[in-house]
Amino acid sequence: MSTVGGLEHPIDPLADAPPEGWVAGRSPWALAGHKLVRNRMAMAALAVFLGIVVVSFMGPFYADHIAHTDPFTSQLTATTVINGKRVDVLQQGGGVLKLGETPIGPTWQRNYFLGADSQGRDVAARVLYGGRTSLTIGIGSAVICSLLAVIVGMVAGFYGGVTDSIISRGLDVVWAFPVYLLAISIATVLLTQGLTIGPFSISASSLWLPTLIIAVIYVPYVARPVRGAVLSVREKEFIEAAIAQGASNRRLIFNEILPNVITVLIVLLPLMIATTILTESALSYLSIGVQPPNASWGTIINDGQQLLYTRPWVAIAPGIMIVLTVLSLNVFGDGVRDALDPRAKLRVKD
Amino acid sequence: MLTFVIRRMIATVFVVFTITVLVFLIFFHTPGVDPARKLAGRNPSPETIKAIKHQYGLDRPLPVQYVILMEKLFITRDLTSYSNQGQKVVPEIVAATPVTLSLVLGAAVIWVVVSIIMGVAAAVLRGTIFDPMLMVLALIGISMPVFWLGEMANLITQDRYHDTFLFSWVPPLGYTPLTQDPVMWFKHLVIPWLVLSVLYIGLYARVLRADLLETENEDYVRTARAKGLSERRVLLRHTLRTSMISFVSLFGLDFGVLVGGGALLVEVVFGLPGVGLLTYQSLISLDLPVIMATVIYGAIFIVIANAVVDVGYAWLDPRVRPA
Repeated sequence: MSTVGGLEHPIDPLADAPPEGWVAGRSPWALAGHKLVRNRMAMAALAVFLGIVVVSFMGPFYADHIAHTDPFTSQLTATTVINGKRVDVLQQGGGVLKLGETPIGPTWQRNYFLGADSQGRDVAARVLYGGRTSLTIGIGSAVICSLLAVIVGMVAGFYGGVTDSIISRGLDVVWAFPVYLLAISIATVLLTQGLTIGPFSISASSLWLPTLIIAVIYVPYVARPVRGAVLSVREKEFIEAAIAQGASNRRLIFNEILPNVITVLIVLLPLMIATTILTESALSYLSIGVQPPNASWGTIINDGQQLLYTRPWVAIAPGIMIVLTVLSLNVFGDGVRDALDPRAKLRVKD
Repeated sequence: MLTFVIRRMIATVFVVFTITVLVFLIFFHTPGVDPARKLAGRNPSPETIKAIKHQYGLDRPLPVQYVILMEKLFITRDLTSYSNQGQKVVPEIVAATPVTLSLVLGAAVIWVVVSIIMGVAAAVLRGTIFDPMLMVLALIGISMPVFWLGEMANLITQDRYHDTFLFSWVPPLGYTPLTQDPVMWFKHLVIPWLVLSVLYIGLYARVLRADLLETENEDYVRTARAKGLSERRVLLRHTLRTSMISFVSLFGLDFGVLVGGGALLVEVVFGLPGVGLLTYQSLISLDLPVIMATVIYGAIFIVIANAVVDVGYAWLDPRVRPA
């Protein structure tokens, strides 16, 4: 019979009301959740992140109903109204030499709020659409990476022996391979033709391509801690008890070990998303990530490089979005870690 | 110590070998991709493709193909670029290497020196405004894309504030070799160095501060104080040396990340003609032989650098040697 609050209050399962002095037991999850909710910094960071997600996914609404513009087609002859006067979006003879075309700067109005890029497209609308792409790839690749890492880490940790050494050596090699160089190798090979394995084919301009590449390169960084957690859980007495009860391997893995390993993943996930978003932006900046016509924060910063001195907002705005997103994820991730695993020294490498 | 060094060397050779195999498989045996066509660059003629098939032995067994590629990369060093009219790739990389080394070594020096000073200062001044400041710096450091920070630095130093006394000394983007004009070399590199190192300084200073505070409570520190050593000597000779251990091991990992990632991006932003910019230009023209060579040389450099850091780590901390 279990006791709560000391031996003097044994719980009688037949009693209707809990006895005097009874304290409701809380699951570790509830305790962690409570601790997280009370962490004001972490909650503020979560609010910022969710705000960015909501605003980014409102991109199409903003483009259609507020700015009335299509941020993906060239608008070389478009005009807009400033202070009652109609002006060209691409102005002739701007800059020091009074030659060529300069896109309009920030109007701080409904359309062209942050100005236009070199093709006359609305930067503010593009930043929102770009955010949608960056966030989708960042979250998608972090989730796919975690799934792959759980499979790899679980197999290595659970079966041990030769299986474990082969997987661990393989992970060590990928770990030693700098992530960006690995991503560059895979991306350049797949960039023009896409990927075809059996019946599955992914076109070169699909967002799945950068998502999968980023997911794969970070697998060792998540699989290692998962394997470590599996190894330590495996030695616990409740596993021995389950084996004594005749539990199958499947039950051991899914019902006994997995729930105890999932903490590692939850702690890592926000930090992983922060890392994958930064990686996506870097690859897109190098022109091997998101391909046109799609845009992401990284590709917009790349577009803005040519306009840096005349129209700096094209590059500044997506950068600020990246910093806010990644910063909020890092702060929130720290909060999650403090709540679930205060002694952990886990760190996602970037 | 010698056993450790030898064992570490064997492991390094093994890792280098597997990395080259991995790169070979990615470039030559990704399902559904014709390597000869990819190597030939954009819009190749059928003759070029045929020549490449023959040159790389693509109709021969896998191990032979691997050996041919390694021979081209490391022994005859006659890997040629097809997009760039038969330009030899390896000499091009060798010529670009001093620029990249100048960038990463300079940044590493600033990163290590400044974060040690700040870490020690934070430990001595614990409980003051310095702590939250350092935390903010660390958080911003890990949250900011390095290429964006570089562009913002360019915007400020090259354009908006270039005409003020603060940044009028900053030369236009580019590079001057150290042997040609050391002062100009320094002026060109100082902003890229700062951009690259600022990402790590806050984080490293915090790691060092935490370790210093932990080591403070060790018995041997008390013993050192009891012997009557000065506070400064206790800090520098007893506490700091032990606290450097996790700093050094982290540095080994991050230095590789810096060379393979941050340095590449910073070279692109600042127009420094190093291996990173070379890689970027070949990414634009999809010049596969160059990309393949820079990836392999870069990865090998990083693996060796990691091994050197590990040996330094073992020298600092005898406990890791038998591992």
